[in-house]
Amino acid sequence: MVAPVQPMHIPDGFLSTLVSVVFWVVSAIAVAYALRRVDKDLGERQVPLMGVLAAAIFAGQMLNFSITGGTSGHLLGAALATILLGPWAAVIVLTSVVSIQALIFQDGGLLALGANLFNMAVVGVTVSYFVYTSIQKLARGKSWGVFVGGAAAAWLSIVIASLAAALELAFSGTTPANISVPAMGGIHMLIGIGEGLITVGALAFLYAARRDLFQIGETAPKGGAAVWTFGLVIALALAILSPLASAHPDGLEWVAGQKGFLEAARAPLYKVIPDYAFPGINNKAFATIIAGILGTLLVFGVALGVACWRRKKA
Amino acid sequence: MHVHFLDPYRPRTSPVHVLDGRVKFVLTVAFILTASLTPVTAWPVYILLFALMLSVEILSGLGVGYVLKRALLALPFVLAAFPVIFTNGETALFSLSIGSWTLIAHAEGLARFVSVLSVQAAIVMASSTPFPELLQAMRAVGIPRLLVGMFGLMWRYLFVLVDEALRLMGARAARSGQSTESGHRYGRSVLWRARVTGGMAGNLFLRAFERSDRIYVAMLSRGYDGEVRLLPLPPMTGATWGALVAGLALLGLLLSFGILFWG
Repeated sequence: MVAPVQPMHIPDGFLSTLVSVVFWVVSAIAVAYALRRVDKDLGERQVPLMGVLAAAIFAGQMLNFSITGGTSGHLLGAALATILLGPWAAVIVLTSVVSIQALIFQDGGLLALGANLFNMAVVGVTVSYFVYTSIQKLARGKSWGVFVGGAAAAWLSIVIASLAAALELAFSGTTPANISVPAMGGIHMLIGIGEGLITVGALAFLYAARRDLFQIGETAPKGGAAVWTFGLVIALALAILSPLASAHPDGLEWVAGQKGFLEAARAPLYKVIPDYAFPGINNKAFATIIAGILGTLLVFGVALGVACWRRKKA
Repeated sequence: MHVHFLDPYRPRTSPVHVLDGRVKFVLTVAFILTASLTPVTAWPVYILLFALMLSVEILSGLGVGYVLKRALLALPFVLAAFPVIFTNGETALFSLSIGSWTLIAHAEGLARFVSVLSVQAAIVMASSTPFPELLQAMRAVGIPRLLVGMFGLMWRYLFVLVDEALRLMGARAARSGQSTESGHRYGRSVLWRARVTGGMAGNLFLRAFERSDRIYVAMLSRGYDGEVRLLPLPPMTGATWGALVAGLALLGLLLSFGILFWG
């Protein structure tokens, strides 16, 4: 038995060299910054704590439950790590997990590791943090905030991370956005349910056994606002970019052409996506689903704004 | 020493195993980069890269079959990507007619199968290099020592915690009333099973958390002061440099060949 292979780990050869290198740079900067923050916050305890917890997340991904037939649900752990450890430490823990998976178990490529780190460690954690802390604020310290927040953070972190992966594939010219976005998003909307259920189960157990572990949201760590804003920006950027990309795949192409990307490099930096409609996939329906997510996010944002405003007044 | 089923390292005495881990690490990344940068239409270069990979596999004593089997396990993605050959790209390679359907294979789609090459390079590296040597290689290429220290600790406790997870799953199988008799349903609803799995994940997390406390205290008792100290890297010998330069030159040659003739 080997740790389950997740469709979100992009192998080498699926991303263009340019996209791979860009995401390597972005992830390296994010991880280096997180490393500095963790160093400041945790001090000398961090090496054993992070190392062992990374091993625990890795081992936790082996725990599964049967859904039906041969399929089973299992844990990715970004939301759980974020809720229990805070955003910076969670970035480092997931970086360790994803890197070792690529290096030793070939779960995801080495060149594509930058993009995989970005999706799982950076996007997964920031989205989890943003969603969880927002719902915590709405719940005002009541226990339902932990569980609703945990479920929403787990589900959304998986879906948004998969949208990021789909857009990377589209930008690399591997699959047109109107195929990769609904396909990846659709699968991960289902996978995310399993993630949400397990995360809530884990939180319920830990809430009963060790309530002292739930610190974030109650006492926000320093610099949390930066992560929160970043999470909001990522969530919205992806929510807006995905339906645009899937409805108008040539829109991205147009942008690339305008910016002179197409001429800038001789190598197929951004491959021309042919005007192509996949038979059997009605992408208007998927566009509606994605528009639904966008709507949810907007409503959520408004609710959050109202809650903050009320709290300030009180 | 306890050998764990997860550890891909296969001890041999081949030249590939003997080669310095740093050289293997750099050459593996260079190989993957070469495969990624080679123009999609340069199929002879891909054949040469594949031949190179096969020779390394044979030389390593791991066996081509072993590497291909692991590659297949690691890459269900490639099977999922199979239709892409026919959907995407401008350079037609060949067309297939099935009844009234005509499928045109494109070079751009086929290029996705470059991943088959890349994954083999990664497998040979992981199977022929003990993990501590990989940690050395990561330090040599400039990965922060804090991160390298964490990777090392994670690797050390990975097997402990995987064993822990397996014990948890064994306990669940033993206590959940699974029966071989027909008509006896195993577990309750899906929601219940998910909650139980979640509880187990939480339990695993808690055990890891408490274990990390113990490890920290043990490290303190041996004089740990927050500084990650690692052994100095062994010096690079002339032969090691030679292998590195020769490997990089060969890959560079193949890449420029591809770009010159098919770019």
